[in-house]
Amino acid sequence: MAVHFVRPKIPKFAPDPWAIQFDKNGHLRHLLTIEGLGPQWVTRILDTAEGFVSVTDREIKKVPLLRGRTVVNLFFESSTRTRTTFELAAKRLSADVLNLNLATSATKKGESLLDTLRNIEAMQADMFVVRHEQSGAAHFIARHVAPHVSVVNAGDGWHSHPTQALLDAFTIRRHKGDFSPLRVAIVGDIRHSRVARSQMHVLNSLNVGELRVIAPRTLIPTDVEKLGVRVFHDMREGLRDVDVIIMLRLQRERMESGLLPSEEEFYRLYGLTEEKLAWAKHDAIVMHPGPANRGVEIESSVADGPQSVILEQVSNGIGVRMAVMSLCMSANRGDQA
Amino acid sequence: MTPPDPLLPANEAIDRLETEIRAAQRRGEFVDPLIVGIHTGGVWVADALHRALGCSEPLGRLNITFYRDDFHTLGLHPQVSPSDLSVDVDGRDIILVDDVLFTGRTVRAAMNELFDYGRPRRIRLAVLYQRDGGELPICADWAGQRVTLGPDEQIHVDGPAPMTAHRVSSKES
Repeated sequence: MAVHFVRPKIPKFAPDPWAIQFDKNGHLRHLLTIEGLGPQWVTRILDTAEGFVSVTDREIKKVPLLRGRTVVNLFFESSTRTRTTFELAAKRLSADVLNLNLATSATKKGESLLDTLRNIEAMQADMFVVRHEQSGAAHFIARHVAPHVSVVNAGDGWHSHPTQALLDAFTIRRHKGDFSPLRVAIVGDIRHSRVARSQMHVLNSLNVGELRVIAPRTLIPTDVEKLGVRVFHDMREGLRDVDVIIMLRLQRERMESGLLPSEEEFYRLYGLTEEKLAWAKHDAIVMHPGPANRGVEIESSVADGPQSVILEQVSNGIGVRMAVMSLCMSANRGDQA
Repeated sequence: MTPPDPLLPANEAIDRLETEIRAAQRRGEFVDPLIVGIHTGGVWVADALHRALGCSEPLGRLNITFYRDDFHTLGLHPQVSPSDLSVDVDGRDIILVDDVLFTGRTVRAAMNELFDYGRPRRIRLAVLYQRDGGELPICADWAGQRVTLGPDEQIHVDGPAPMTAHRVSSKES
């Protein structure tokens, strides 16, 4: 069977680096980052997700939308939650799913990324879901795939994790409605977090009232104020009057690299305990992208407490990923929207 | 070219549809029905029938976006509001309601979706207008009006209150 690899011509210095996410009709084709989506696409994804979340409440949790399509999970970095929710999302859309754990596979044998891609394209894949430890990997793949293939970024390096940010926004909207009166605080390792970066972009595009980050100086990126956030180094000040608290996972290698003195010190100053939670609004919700380090960034009784929506985030992640997949696979098809 | 049938106003079509369904109810053609409307126009008609038949259970609403057969060519249609069917459909008599029955593809999609909620005993179809141009072996059990249109004509139903209907040329729209 002849397989043609028609490569789109990309100018060396594209005027809009995010334009690649859209097809010639302006329809979302790849989801690589929140930047460039704008409030209209973000809202459309969240609204579409509402429909899919109601599907997952039914006895038969499946719709026939992507019957006959093939989704390939390309995971160059291991991940359980993200991969399984993408897999479940694709299956609930009736797509066929292939999981490739490339952290342990062909690339280790010296095959180049492009060769791997071409081989998988030859299996008639329609969508790649890409997780990679290097920033920009999903962009690179999107630039080189065949015209009918869509790419969804499932996390690249420190850069971006758009579906996580969208499911967080979805969860906040379900609990709090309108974003404009809300104060949202992101707590922890902002600097090395692709999740935090995407969350800041999505909340800005939804016109959130006030966005705060709370962390020690060593874990705040230098240019963070450009994103319109208020920086706090003290939990009591930072959590005052906050409606939503997003805790980030603290990775142990940060301690080894000398950015933090110790886990105990971090927990004492920034760990979300019941005592510190009381400094926020009484109806504040507590979020965490998972997996949570209990006793490092969050107290067990808070993670399991009445204000926690951590497990809801996981369920909502399936509906949001169903929305992203079906919207991206609508590209190049003359969508009427 | 003037088509042979003038269109009944929406309120008259609803009255006729109600009369037909009440007669069927008296003949025992369905028992304790669950009314399910198809978004968007079908929900308006279903709401009127729901009140007229005095059903106690909430009205079901189906949004067939995820079941359409034109995803391959048109992609995902924008979705206004999700399906909402809070009552168990197993073993029930369902009256499926739409505003206009044309090709039959919407009704096919709606039945596919209904079966993902459970196994109804019977599904009956009630529409405000059944027009010519069917593409599937599907026809309404009850219709406010059965009408033949010109080849380029469509029926547009607006609502919810008051509901109005008019024929439009697809050449114009």
